[in-house]
Amino acid sequence: MKYALTLAATLGATTALADTPVLTVYAGDYFTSEWGPGPIIETEFEKICACDLEWSTGDLVPRLLLEGKRTKADVVIGLTSDVTAKARATDLFAPHGQDNSALTLPIEWTDDTFLPFNYGHTAFIYNENTMDAPPASFEDLLALPDDVKIVIQDPRTSISGLALVLWVQAVYGDRSAEVWEALSDNILTVTKDWSASYGLFTDGEADMVLSYTTSPAYHMFAEEDFTKKAAIFPEGHYFMVETVGKIAGTDQPALADQFLAYVMSRDFQTIIPTANWSLPSALPQADWPEGWSELPLPEKVLFYSETEAAELQADAVETWRAALSQ
Amino acid sequence: MARRAQPVSQRAGIIAAAFVVAVVIAAFVGISQRIETTTGLRAAEWQAVRFTVWQAFLSALISVVLAVPVARALARRRLPGHTLLVTLLGAPFILPVIVAVLGLLAIFGRNGWLNTALGVVGLPEVSIYGAHGVVLAHVFFNMPLATRLILQGWQSVPAEQFRIVGQLGLPPRMVFRVIEWPILWQVVPGAFALIFVICLTSFAVALTLGGGPRATTIELAIYQAFRFDFDLGRAAVLSLLQLAVAGAAAVLALWILPPIALQTGRDRAVRRWDAPAPWGDAFWIVLAAGFLLLPMLSIALSGVVGLFYMPVSVLSATWTTVWVACVSTVVLLVLALPMAAWLAQAQWGGAEALTLLGLVASPLMIGTGWFILIFPYVSPTAFALPVTALINAMMALPFAVRILLPAMRQVFSDYGRLSVGLGLRGVSLWRIVIIPRLRPQIGFAAGLTAALSVGDLGVVALFADPDVATLPLQMYRLMGAYRTEAAAGAALVLVALAFGMFWVCDAWGRRHAAG
Repeated sequence: MKYALTLAATLGATTALADTPVLTVYAGDYFTSEWGPGPIIETEFEKICACDLEWSTGDLVPRLLLEGKRTKADVVIGLTSDVTAKARATDLFAPHGQDNSALTLPIEWTDDTFLPFNYGHTAFIYNENTMDAPPASFEDLLALPDDVKIVIQDPRTSISGLALVLWVQAVYGDRSAEVWEALSDNILTVTKDWSASYGLFTDGEADMVLSYTTSPAYHMFAEEDFTKKAAIFPEGHYFMVETVGKIAGTDQPALADQFLAYVMSRDFQTIIPTANWSLPSALPQADWPEGWSELPLPEKVLFYSETEAAELQADAVETWRAALSQ
Repeated sequence: MARRAQPVSQRAGIIAAAFVVAVVIAAFVGISQRIETTTGLRAAEWQAVRFTVWQAFLSALISVVLAVPVARALARRRLPGHTLLVTLLGAPFILPVIVAVLGLLAIFGRNGWLNTALGVVGLPEVSIYGAHGVVLAHVFFNMPLATRLILQGWQSVPAEQFRIVGQLGLPPRMVFRVIEWPILWQVVPGAFALIFVICLTSFAVALTLGGGPRATTIELAIYQAFRFDFDLGRAAVLSLLQLAVAGAAAVLALWILPPIALQTGRDRAVRRWDAPAPWGDAFWIVLAAGFLLLPMLSIALSGVVGLFYMPVSVLSATWTTVWVACVSTVVLLVLALPMAAWLAQAQWGGAEALTLLGLVASPLMIGTGWFILIFPYVSPTAFALPVTALINAMMALPFAVRILLPAMRQVFSDYGRLSVGLGLRGVSLWRIVIIPRLRPQIGFAAGLTAALSVGDLGVVALFADPDVATLPLQMYRLMGAYRTEAAAGAALVLVALAFGMFWVCDAWGRRHAAG
C-alpha cells in the first residue's frame, strides 16, 4: 500500500514536472549523500531556477573519459586541480564565464574553465590529549621517535594521497626520496582512501593521520570535540581546491550558467563550511560562519598548477613507492 | 565404479558456462574498443605480481593446514551448540572486508585486545601491519571456508566405516591412512586452489593491513589503472595477467584430481570409535573459535553504540541491499545448478576452472567493460544494480559449484541409472531426485552468495545512482563524512544482514539434512 502511494506520487510528480528543465550535475559520490553538501545545494538552487537539479554520482574523470561527447552531464562539480589537466584534455568543457576576481583563495586563480568552489590544505591531524609533543614543522615530523605512528593514503588510489606526495615534492624537491625513507619508520600503514585512514586515527590505531586543515572543524562544530588539531608547518602546506566546470555540449546552457553563478553567490558559499567541512572559495574571512576564522591555517601555501602537477605526478608517486618498498 | 549414466542433459550447463564466458569476453571487447595506447608492465607491476602470488600461496597453505585439524575435531565431537558453532565459524568468510578489517584491528591492532593483554603481562607489542597482516587476514577469511569444505568431505564418510575400524581396533595413524587421507586428498587441493584464487584477487585487505607499497597486489594495480590513471590498455593487460595466473593455478589443481564421487554419507555426527582423548580436539576448536569469533564480538560491541547514531537512510539502503542479494542468489542458482550437473558428468575436472572466470577477471574490469557497452543505449546508472547483482553472482559461482559438485556426483552415481531407468528427466528429475538430495549444499551455496553480495561494494561505487545506495556504500559515505560511530553501527547492520541471509538459506538446507 505504501509503495502504491509512493509510486502514484512519483508518477504524479513526473507528469507535473514534464515541462521542468533538468540540470544534470555530475559529482563525486560523497557529495550527494545526506551528509554531504548535495541535498541542501539542490533544495536551494531549485528554489531559484524553476528547474530540476539531478545529481549523478561516480568517479568523475574516468566517467567523463568513458562517455566523451555523449556525456549526459551539464555541469561537473568536484574536480580537484590535480586532475583538471586530464579533464581539460577531453575538450568537453566550456569557459565558466564567472568573474575570477570575486575569489578569496590564498593563491591567484586565472583559469577560465574550472571555477573553484572550496579549498583546504593537506595537514597531519593529531589528538592533543594523546600526543604530548606534536611536530611544529616538517623537520620535526621527520625527527619523530619511531613509536609515533602516522597513517597516510595511497597516492595511486586516493586524491589526498596524491596531494601528500606533491606536498613533499613541493617542500623537498630532489630530497623527496630521503624524506620518505626518514618517514617510513613512522608510517603505520597506507590505506586506499581517506575514510579508512581517518577511521584508523579516530579508533586510536594511529597517532596522526594525513587529512586536511579543516578536519578539526568537523570535530569542533559538529561534535564539540576540541582535541583534534592540525599540525601547522612553517614549510607550507599543499593547497587543494575543488572546482566546478560547465560542459560545452550542454542542452541547458542557461541553467548551467545560472548554476555557476549560484556557486559564486553568498548563499552557496555560506553553505560550504558546515556542509562540506572545507573553506569557501569566494567569501571574505570576515563572513565565514562563527568560529571558522579561529581555525589555525597555514601562512605559507604550496601549490602546483594542473600542468605542473600532471608533469610531476608520475615521478613523485614512483619516488614514494620506491622509497617505501625498501 | 560403473560407467556413469547421463541422466541430465548437459546442454543447460554448457549454456550457463558459455554465458559466463560471454559476459567476461564482452567486457574485454568493450574495453578494447577504448584502448588508445598499449603500455608494457613496469617494474612496480612485476613486483605486485610477485607479492600477490606469494601471499596468496602462503594464505591458502596456512588456511588449509589449520582447517584440517579443526574440521577433524568438529567432525568427530558433538559439542553442545555444535550446529551454532559450525555456522558461526563460517561467519568470517561472509564478512564484508572493510568490516572484518575493523574487527581484526580491534583484536590485533596497536590498541587491540591482544596488545593490551601482552602489555599487562609485560610482553612486547606485536604489529599486525605488514605482509604478515595480509596473510593473517586472509587466513581469518578463508580458514572457515576451508574448514567447512573439509568438514563436508569428512562427514561424507559412512558411519559404518568408522565402526569397522573401531571393531578392528586400528590405531589412529592407520585410520587416518585408510579413511581420512583419501578424503583429504579429494577435498584439500580444490579448497587450496579456491582460496589461492580468492587471495590473488584480494584488494582492500592488502591495502589497509599491508603497511605500504611493498604489499601491492595486482588488483590494486588494476584499480589504479582504471580509476586513477585511466590507462585502459594497462588495466586490460593486468586483468589478463591475473586471469592467467589464477587460471593456471586453478586448472592445475583441478585437473590433477580425478573427479571421484564421495561415498554415501549424511550431514550428521558420526560416532567415532577410534577417537582418542578429547583434549587435542578441544584445543583446536577453542583456538579456532577464539581466532574467528573474537573479532566479530568486537564489531558487535562497537556497532551497538553506533546504532544510536545511525541515520534512517541506512534502512532504505538495507532494503536495496536485500533485493540485490536476492537477485544475485537467484542468478547464481540458475547458473550454478546446471553447471554443477554438467561438470558432475564431465570427465575433465579442469572444466571447473571456468567457474572462476567471474572471480578472477577483476570485477572492476567487467564493470567498466559493460559500462562501455551499455552506455550508448541506456543510462548506466539504471543498470548499476542489475550489473552488480550479476557480477556478485559470478563471483560466488566458483564457491557454489565447489560446494554442489561432490554432492551432485553422489546423486548421479546413486540414482543416475535408476532415474534413467524410470524415465525421469528434465524438470521432474530436478524436482524429485536432485534438489531434495542437494538441499544442504544448495542452501549453503545460496547463503554464501547472498551474504557475499550483501558485503560487496562492487561496481556500484563506479556509477552509483545517488538515491539508490547499497549498505556498504552507505557505510563508506558515513566514514567519508567523519561519522565513524554511525559507520560502526551500519557495519553491525551489514554483518547482521549478511549473517541473517546466510543463516536463513543455510537453515533451509540443513533442516532437511537433520530430518
